[in-house]
Amino acid sequence: MRAVVTVMGIDKPGIIAGTSTLLADNNVNILDITQTIVQNIFTMVMLVDIENSKLELSALAEELNALGKRLAVEIRIQHEDIFNSMHRI
Amino acid sequence: MININTNEIAETIKMIRDEHLDIRTITMGISLLDCADSDIDAACRKIYDKITRYAKNLVKTGEEISSRYGIPIINKRISVTPIAVIASASKTDDCLPFARILDKAASETGVNFIGGYSALVHKGYSRGDENLIRSIPEALCSTERVCSSVGVATTKAGINMDAVRQMGEIIKETARLSADNNSMGCAKFVVFANPVEDNPFMAGAFHGIGEGDCVINVGVSGPGVVKSALERIQGQDFGVLAETIKKTAFKITRMGQLVAQEASKALGVPFGIVDLSLAPTPEVGDSVAYILEEMGLEKCGTHGTTAALALLNDAVKKGGVMASSYVGGLSGAFIPVSEDAGMIAAAECGALHLDKLEAMTCVCSVGLDMIAVPGDTPASTISAIIADEMAIGVINQKTTAVRIIPAAGKKVGDSVEFGGLLGAAPIMPVHSYSSEAFIARGGRIPAPIHSLRN
Repeated sequence: MRAVVTVMGIDKPGIIAGTSTLLADNNVNILDITQTIVQNIFTMVMLVDIENSKLELSALAEELNALGKRLAVEIRIQHEDIFNSMHRI
Repeated sequence: MININTNEIAETIKMIRDEHLDIRTITMGISLLDCADSDIDAACRKIYDKITRYAKNLVKTGEEISSRYGIPIINKRISVTPIAVIASASKTDDCLPFARILDKAASETGVNFIGGYSALVHKGYSRGDENLIRSIPEALCSTERVCSSVGVATTKAGINMDAVRQMGEIIKETARLSADNNSMGCAKFVVFANPVEDNPFMAGAFHGIGEGDCVINVGVSGPGVVKSALERIQGQDFGVLAETIKKTAFKITRMGQLVAQEASKALGVPFGIVDLSLAPTPEVGDSVAYILEEMGLEKCGTHGTTAALALLNDAVKKGGVMASSYVGGLSGAFIPVSEDAGMIAAAECGALHLDKLEAMTCVCSVGLDMIAVPGDTPASTISAIIADEMAIGVINQKTTAVRIIPAAGKKVGDSVEFGGLLGAAPIMPVHSYSSEAFIARGGRIPAPIHSLRN
């Protein structure tokens, strides 16, 4: 099962390190990663494989949300199908 | 890499985070036809058992889907077979036990509303219909989560004016019984022309006789998303306007389709329909009125509002219909006054009147919705308002509805607060000239000529 992790906020050192460490600790594999500035907001998008994740998607979402608060950014994880269904026919 | 680019991902997240995109409701429709029993206690027992068994995991499943896709699912609800049908089988004239058992089942399953304390009397009353309708005021005021509706007209049958007359009295009585709670009981009651059998939205949801045993219907929302999209095309012509609304409606509806399929799979219940309605909430930025104003109207309710709403309603349908394999329910734009910050503002400043709202209902998906009028409005005037609205539905072959609150003790200039999604409504003036003799006639208004299509 694949999910999309998005990080949005003000860029600063440690965002990628913090996020990828949390994912690695939970046995989540990062398949791809891109970062860009969308409407003046730093946006990082990771495609991850959560098939072998130690945590359920909802628990992982909570951990990432808490990490986001510490880093003063917003971190979300969502099943990839929400984007596929909205933007592709 | 995922075949979606960063901008598209950011767009989806912006819709959810900043523009109030949400799934308004997952509604489980449950047939109670097999619960009818001559012994009302046995019928109630069967109803409670069936609802709590079928909907046991409804709320939990909704929350899981919400968490997986990161999209809010605001309400989880249940609709049931019109209770008047079930009540007809029981040897009793008292329908209140049905209302109480529905309330208990709703509470047990954790849903916030259960719809279907309903009767369809567009042509006439059966014994069950009579008993149920008589009990509506007390049912609404002695339960917390039960919603009620009565169908009094269809294009095929015409308008049952006896029922229309009684509805005015029922609404007045409900307002009186819930007077110490801002006449809140009336907010849970809808009068329909051409009601649909698969509407997932409250207070008018019921599970039609033609439906299966159990079904999942989903209502999407997202006025804020449409408004934001229109902010980016200021000054452009109507072709661009319609196209932008269509594209946005498509994206919104895809969410509904995804959630409906997932809920259907997780609950092991067939998927029914996605309802494309743009349903506002009192939150700032989640208003249908503000979409109309974004189109270039200074205030919702001014000249041009009906045309703007017609364009919106049509474009929403066209965009949504391709996004879902089965579209149903009411599907269009809702214009509930109390639930829409822009409508409230327009009514308060005098831009929006009842007469204009009535015109707007000719081109929107439902009708006069969540409108508060003075508490001393005569029952016959309320019936006449209903009659006008039913005529619009019958002649135009569309669903129309009236959800009106004659707020006890309130007058024009006051306002009533319902709280939560139901919002707050300024008291709107009604015409002071009497409709009494018209409503007193009784009988039926015959079906229009274009009902004879066979």
